Amino acid sequence: MSTDTIVRLPDQATARIPKVNFLSKENGLLSWLLTGDHKRIATLYLISITFFFAVGGALAGLIRLELLTPQSDLMAADTYNKVFTMHGVIMVFLFLVPSVPATLGNFLMPMMIGAKDLALPKVNLLSWYLYIIAGIMMLFTMATGGVDTGWTFTVPLSTHFVNTNVITAGLAVFVAGFSSVFTGLNFIVTIHKMRAPGMTWFRLPLFVWSNYAASILMVLGTPVLAITLVLVVLERGFGIGVFDPAKGGDPILFQHLFWFYSHPAVYIMILPGMGVISEVVSTFSRKRVFGYTAVAFSSVAIAVFAFFVWEHHMFIMGVSNYSTLVFSLLTMLVAVPSAIKIFNWSFTLYKGSITFETPMLYAFGFMGLFTIGGLTGVFLASTGTDIHLTETYFIVAHFHFVMVGGMLMAFLSGIHFWWPKWTGRMYPEKISQLAALMTFIGFNFTFFPQFILGTLGMPRRYAAYPPEFQVLNVFSTAGATILGIGYLLPILYLTWSLKYGEIAGSNPWQATGLEWQTQSPPLTENFPEIPIVDHDAYDYEWLERKEKEVTSVG
Amino acid sequence: MEQQVDATTFAMWLFLLTEIMFFGGLFCSYLIFRNWYYPAFVEASHQLNLFWGTLNTGVLITSSFTMAMGVWCSEMRKKSGLVLCLVLTFVLGLVFLGIKYIEYSEKWEKHHVPGFHYSMKSFTDPASDKEVHDKYPDDKALMPDMARHTELYFSLYFAMTGMHALHMIIGISILGFMIFRARAGAYTTGHITFVENFGLYWHFVDIIWIFLFPLLYLISRHA
Repeated sequence: MSTDTIVRLPDQATARIPKVNFLSKENGLLSWLLTGDHKRIATLYLISITFFFAVGGALAGLIRLELLTPQSDLMAADTYNKVFTMHGVIMVFLFLVPSVPATLGNFLMPMMIGAKDLALPKVNLLSWYLYIIAGIMMLFTMATGGVDTGWTFTVPLSTHFVNTNVITAGLAVFVAGFSSVFTGLNFIVTIHKMRAPGMTWFRLPLFVWSNYAASILMVLGTPVLAITLVLVVLERGFGIGVFDPAKGGDPILFQHLFWFYSHPAVYIMILPGMGVISEVVSTFSRKRVFGYTAVAFSSVAIAVFAFFVWEHHMFIMGVSNYSTLVFSLLTMLVAVPSAIKIFNWSFTLYKGSITFETPMLYAFGFMGLFTIGGLTGVFLASTGTDIHLTETYFIVAHFHFVMVGGMLMAFLSGIHFWWPKWTGRMYPEKISQLAALMTFIGFNFTFFPQFILGTLGMPRRYAAYPPEFQVLNVFSTAGATILGIGYLLPILYLTWSLKYGEIAGSNPWQATGLEWQTQSPPLTENFPEIPIVDHDAYDYEWLERKEKEVTSVG
Repeated sequence: MEQQVDATTFAMWLFLLTEIMFFGGLFCSYLIFRNWYYPAFVEASHQLNLFWGTLNTGVLITSSFTMAMGVWCSEMRKKSGLVLCLVLTFVLGLVFLGIKYIEYSEKWEKHHVPGFHYSMKSFTDPASDKEVHDKYPDDKALMPDMARHTELYFSLYFAMTGMHALHMIIGISILGFMIFRARAGAYTTGHITFVENFGLYWHFVDIIWIFLFPLLYLISRHA
């Protein structure tokens, strides 16, 4: 590994954090709880999301501990059902969906397009409160006995056969859904209406494009989930029978409605992460993202395809063979825009001046793991292999490669990348590189064996399994331990860096985005004056010229 | 400032888009089951009172008109006109809910509320339900297997009109707040975004009804 670095920090002896910035402007609890500042709301989101990630992560730890042995011994089978359900619900609705958009997106979107704030600051704050209400409802659900239907709330199990807290969990997800609708709505309006002079659509950073695509999915998909959950609650509460075959209703209709949202939800989770990777890969290879337009449109293409593939979750549920054929084909087509991204990032790296700071390490992790996750998706899209692999650990490994290996890596990459902008201080480089490496190794140890377990036929969602699967499960649990430490480290050293990190200056990475052309941490208004944009995104020559001007004048 | 107004209105349209998707799930379910259990759905729809339904449609369209007049008054800075229009809209909204209450209680009396001692007697033995039978003498007795699906019709009827009524209640509450503010002189000083966006919401709720009315009350009444 080369020791070259692009990091350029100000002289530490004289450097100071700017006295006036969005963190120091006002003090007191109320100035945070009633804030309209997108950066403060992003900070609130970051703290609350980290909390729920820790809760979900602890539950994951319990799952892996239980699976250390073939018998169901750490917990009873029904407790296990609750644990994996709560893990899924919390991770999907309270971590993955809002992770990048609500934290990094909220923080960066207005700065990247050269605006003072999001278009609707109050709605933005409202979305955080809704998130918190949903979180509290979820914790209440957990404290009063949890829910054990799996995160999919499958009917008729959820409506007729379990006596756990389906109603409160469903309503919590309903509220969380509103929170993400409001975030998405705010982003779309902001991107359309608030761009700085000269910031044309094709000068937008790719992070903005991918969040725009994800926002479309949030706005169009989430309400369908909302009505589906309302119907589940009505079914449970009053027995309205829409999903009840005994009354002429249809459980498959539930599946259609649920996956009509929940498949796009997968892209809500991954698209913003892809945006982070575009920024990071470009910055650390000092090159414009190869095929900018193709990458931008591939985000939109993924958003469009997202609405036409939901039935691939239902291949074994007795849907028509002809429709499976069509949905199988459409599903494979999603591989095209995803591959466009991976290839374009690779071409960006080609002949670039690559350096290996932590965000870049995470980005490499993303590219490798997402590719594996994506390609195993093609196995599952093929109807023949899907019948063998679905409902086994293969599918668990597949979506964890995409969600954890993809999205979480991207999230951590982004957090490290923009940490200096957010706090004004650098994270400690060496230990964070170690953490990135540990995450990668731990992740592969945890989830790669699960591909093998799945092909061998180990079903998901059981507390016990035949003894011959134990070796691979022990591997997986051991890996989860490494992964756990890999996640714990950033929480520790990032907190440490708040006080002891080196002063970052406004642009430690020599990056081109507008957010890097203002002080760190930024002013409440982001920019002293609204910038006028006269260059494309990722124009490193423009940056060089600009720096020269500054030094020659100064 | 103009940018802000522009943005809020755009956001409102997007929000209405999410509402369309929200109701879309219900409409989709309704159409599927209607196709599956056609005879049950036709006869069950004969239970709805066309007079009240039509009257309610009229009430709602009129309320949309008064709301539109309200937006106009707000633009023209006519304070008393605005208050009058908002009050009229408010009252018409309440009238709509009142009529809905009459309709709901009819269902309740006939045991047509799903889940609460639902009775399918009107469908297995149409003659027992004299009032409806006189209007639709051609309605044949359904076999119990088909007749029980009328419960699904009423489930969807209550879910759809209930969700619509909930939107009305939210709208009426906001109207109350707006009347209060308008009397204090708000919205007639050039800042009309709030009134305008609320108008969009009100018209949207109206349009949902415009689709509910034919789907639930009107189509294939002569089948």
